[in-house]
Amino acid sequence: MAIVHLPGEQSVTIDAPRVPELFAALRQRFPDIADQLEEMAIAIDGDIYQDPGYQDLRPETEVHFVPRIAGG
Amino acid sequence: MSERTFAVVGTRPVRHDGVDKVTGRAAYGADANWPGMLHGVVVRSPHAHARIVSIDTSAAEAMPGVKAVLVGSELPDINATIPLGEAALDLRDMSYSMMARDKALYHGQAVAAVAATTLDIAREAAATIVVSYEKLTPVMNVDEATAPDAPILHPTMRTKGAPPDAPPSNLASRLEMKRGDVDAGFADADLVIEREFRTPTVHQGYIEPHACIARCGEDGRAVIWCATQGPFFVRDASAAIAGLDPAHVKVIPSEIGGGFGGKIVVYLEPVALLLAKKAQRPVKMVMNRDEVFRATGPTSGTKIRVKIGAKRDGTFVAAKVSFWYEAGAFKGSPVGAGAMCSIAPYKFPNFFLEAHDVVVNKPKVAAYRAPGSPMASFAVESVVDEIARELKMDAIDLRLKNANQEGDQAPYGPKFGPIGLKSVLEAAKNHPHWKAPLGPNQGRGFAIGFWFNGGMNSSATVTLGGDGSAAVQTGNPDIGGTRAAQAMMVAEELGIPVERVRPSVGDTDSAGYTDLTGGSRVCFATGMAVIRAAEDVREQLKARAAKIWNVEPSAVGWDSGNLIPPAGAKETKSGHDAKPLTVAEVAAKMAHTGGPVVGRASLYAPMAGPGFGAHICDLEVDQETGRSRVVRYTAIQDVGKAVHPSYVEGQIQGGAVQGIGWALNEEYVYNRDGAMENAGFLDYRMPVASDLPMIDTVIVEVANPLHPYGVRGVGEVPICPPLAACANAMRSATGIRFTQLPLSPPRVLEKIMAAAPVAVGA
Repeated sequence: MAIVHLPGEQSVTIDAPRVPELFAALRQRFPDIADQLEEMAIAIDGDIYQDPGYQDLRPETEVHFVPRIAGG
Repeated sequence: MSERTFAVVGTRPVRHDGVDKVTGRAAYGADANWPGMLHGVVVRSPHAHARIVSIDTSAAEAMPGVKAVLVGSELPDINATIPLGEAALDLRDMSYSMMARDKALYHGQAVAAVAATTLDIAREAAATIVVSYEKLTPVMNVDEATAPDAPILHPTMRTKGAPPDAPPSNLASRLEMKRGDVDAGFADADLVIEREFRTPTVHQGYIEPHACIARCGEDGRAVIWCATQGPFFVRDASAAIAGLDPAHVKVIPSEIGGGFGGKIVVYLEPVALLLAKKAQRPVKMVMNRDEVFRATGPTSGTKIRVKIGAKRDGTFVAAKVSFWYEAGAFKGSPVGAGAMCSIAPYKFPNFFLEAHDVVVNKPKVAAYRAPGSPMASFAVESVVDEIARELKMDAIDLRLKNANQEGDQAPYGPKFGPIGLKSVLEAAKNHPHWKAPLGPNQGRGFAIGFWFNGGMNSSATVTLGGDGSAAVQTGNPDIGGTRAAQAMMVAEELGIPVERVRPSVGDTDSAGYTDLTGGSRVCFATGMAVIRAAEDVREQLKARAAKIWNVEPSAVGWDSGNLIPPAGAKETKSGHDAKPLTVAEVAAKMAHTGGPVVGRASLYAPMAGPGFGAHICDLEVDQETGRSRVVRYTAIQDVGKAVHPSYVEGQIQGGAVQGIGWALNEEYVYNRDGAMENAGFLDYRMPVASDLPMIDTVIVEVANPLHPYGVRGVGEVPICPPLAACANAMRSATGIRFTQLPLSPPRVLEKIMAAAPVAVGA
């Protein structure tokens, strides 16, 4: 079960083997913020993916949603 | 990784592109001239906010020598975003910003363009284009833009997340980040300091203006030569905006005279492409400095309110920060990044951050070196300096007490991996500069800064020559010495002299897809691709040597550029024991062992290996004029591993100098109509070499575990601390806390004259 920290302070555990399944589960549980989440970058165990694609999620993986970042 | 002993990495060879650059042979954006080319010029809005009633181009079109005229209504209406490597950009906004349609939203925005046989004819023709405007009131800062009765830039724009029936707003979005109970944290604090800060609109200030040449044939196939940080992005964005198939567009990146984030987005390229398509001749377009200032991305002017609470022993207990960043005329300021960076160095058990993205009648902001972070660092580090003063603590000790380290949770969520913040602070504390005596009217400031550092997509190709030399090609324009670094990586992996490696930047048809040069990602992510491509060559060389010795490839060893035969291997002809072969010896036999050897690699890297820097600044202030002078400056930074220390030091020095300019002099000065009044380097005062002392640098190397050499990004961190380092030095020199930049002589003198006598050097 991935530990998913949503924007704000809410955290949930979600059984998802990869990022696409995580988004599908989040869309079902949190339809109001699903679009917003899909526009954000994701930190998976500390590393930030601007485009997380099909990244694998281990059990106990920690996922944070963070604003997208543009470097110069 | 960090324990590895390097032969080439860490040395300082002469850069491969150096002679061409110092002799003027290197070809930049404006250096290309193609047969039959036309010259394109842009007609720009004289108003910061106006409705475009009509555009009459008939006189221009009738002028001899004019081959094409373009107005916004001819551009396709698109509704798409495009991944920019590190973010997604709204192509519709970019298209509208590049060429206005129904409204002009900033002074200098393009409204039409002309291509003619000579530059003079093009200019004359542009002057005949009659644009009828209905002037509107401009909003030039976040206060005006968010006032209850503010003129609205975009009648259809509502604050993100607002209900569909909400009124239109200039507030594009609002974001919150929080942890713990911030009110309880402040209640528990022994000291609370709250201040409001403002920073001006500033430009990246690259020396080379935007320039390109484009051609488009009858078959729709197009070629663009331009100075850009991201040729693949230029290809995709230009094709989309011009309504072409990106499969038919090739972009050749020229040498680039600085970018710092400002040469990521497109301004001229789609216009040149469309003019070339209409005229069926190549079109060259070159901005002058005035156009660069008025119509290309500066970075945000900001308002930031900071409140920090600390215990008597210096422990930080709460932070509340409100960020208001100008996005320019279209949504998308770097306010989210600014909020995330602002308190990233510190362990705050309780915080509340709110970030506002606000549109104003200025050019759409573009990325500028650690976008969003320097202004946030200025505000927070100024308050941290005040806390140290109030608590009578050493400024570095206070930061060490609260510094994040590996395993601590970053304010934006995840836990930090190995980071060098404490090592950087210790290095600063132990530097002779920190304890050196100050002269009369001098003050010392200290500040730290943070940037994430990028990753993303990179590709590399390493081609072995028959003489054992190698060529390495990537799709990243070289801004900061990356070609030299990439050649060094190949030399390191293949055990050949770096002078025998030829690094080059490929065009979009010849290089594997690579995200832009930016985000401090090239030496890290593209460097990894280069290392893997060189490793690929090495593995192929082992297979070739195995063929020569008639052994299994896995049995072949490698030692410093030599292929080592397994015990018992024999020379085929002589029957003697096989001797090690050099890369050149195996390369010479490529044709007989399987053909050419080409190593390839492509990868996607996460943003990893965040960087921290600390700067010490000594300012001398003329109490009679308010003019300040940097008399000593030291920049300390964790770079993971310095591949070419000279270019790492150069990056640190360059970032520091840009930050010093931001702190002391630079600002867009607007008149009441929203027109910039200082659009030139004489009046927009950037520091030059004679203004500054040598910037001393200290490289700290805390290895990034996600890179084979331990490399971290370097280029963006050093622009984060200088704003606050200078302001804190000014506080030390004058006794006055400045909350608004720049610290220009008139502003400083006004405060000095208004202040009661203070203890100078306190």
